[in-house]
Amino acid sequence: MTLDLILFLVLALVAVATAMGMLMSRNAIYSALFLVLNFVTVAVFYLLLGGPFIAMAQITVYAGAIMVLFLFVIMLLGAESLPKAEILPWQGPLAGILGVTLIVEAAYLLVTRARPEGEIIPPGEAVNLSATIQQLGLALFRDYLLPFEVTSVLLLVAMVGAIVLIRKERRVH
Amino acid sequence: MVPISYYIILSAILFTIGALGVLIRRNALIIFMSVELMLNAANLAMVAFGRIHESFSGQIFVFFVIAVAAAEVAVGLALIVEIFKSKRSIDVDQMNSMKG
Repeated sequence: MTLDLILFLVLALVAVATAMGMLMSRNAIYSALFLVLNFVTVAVFYLLLGGPFIAMAQITVYAGAIMVLFLFVIMLLGAESLPKAEILPWQGPLAGILGVTLIVEAAYLLVTRARPEGEIIPPGEAVNLSATIQQLGLALFRDYLLPFEVTSVLLLVAMVGAIVLIRKERRVH
Repeated sequence: MVPISYYIILSAILFTIGALGVLIRRNALIIFMSVELMLNAANLAMVAFGRIHESFSGQIFVFFVIAVAAAEVAVGLALIVEIFKSKRSIDVDQMNSMKG
C-alpha cells in the first residue's frame, strides 16, 4: 500500500464522513459547515489529480463565496432547524432503498461494464507549476472561448434575475 | 498509484449521498446544498478522467460547472428568500400551492 493510496483513502473517508454529516445534521448551519469541509477535501483531491488552478477555484468560489452566501441566507431567515411536523413515514426507508439501488447499480456497471482503465499517477513537481496553468489558460481562451463568453452572459443574467426576484414590487397605477 | 475506479466509486458515493439528501430532507436550503454536493461529485469524476487522458478538458468543464453553480445559487437563494417571505417557512412540504 503506497503513500498515495493511504492519502486517498484518508481523504475519501473525510469526504464521505462530511457528506454524511451534512445529510444528518439537524441544524442547517452545521450542514453548511460540513459541506465547506467536504468542498475543501475535494479541492485537495483536485491537487492530487494535478489541477492546482481548479483546486483554488474550488476553494475560493465554492467553499468561499457560495457557502458564505448559504450561511448568510440561513442566518438571515433564521431557518436553522425546522419545527417538528408530521412526515411521511415511508419516505425515509424508500429513499434509503433508492439510494442503495443507485450505488449498487453504479458499482455493478463500473465493475462489469465500464471498467475504466488506468492509474492516477501522482503529480510530480512539474505538474503543480505555472506551466500547466498557462496551458489551461491557453485551452480556455483558445478552444473554449465561446463557452467562456456565454458563461459571462449567464452570470450577468443570474445577477439580474436575483435582483429582480428580491426587489419589492411597485404598484402600477 | 491510485486506480481511477477508486475515484469513480468515491464520486458515485458522494453523488448518492447528495441524492439521498434531496429525497430525505425537508429544509429547502439543505436540499439545495445536496444538489451542490451532487455537482461536486460529478466534478471529481470529470477531473479524474481528464487526468487519465492527459487532457485539460476535464478541468475546463469543471471550471464551467463552478460558474454555473454560482449562477444557480444566486437565483435559487433569491427564490428561497422570496418563498420564505410569503410562507414564513422553507419546509418543502409546505410548498404545495401555486398561489403565493
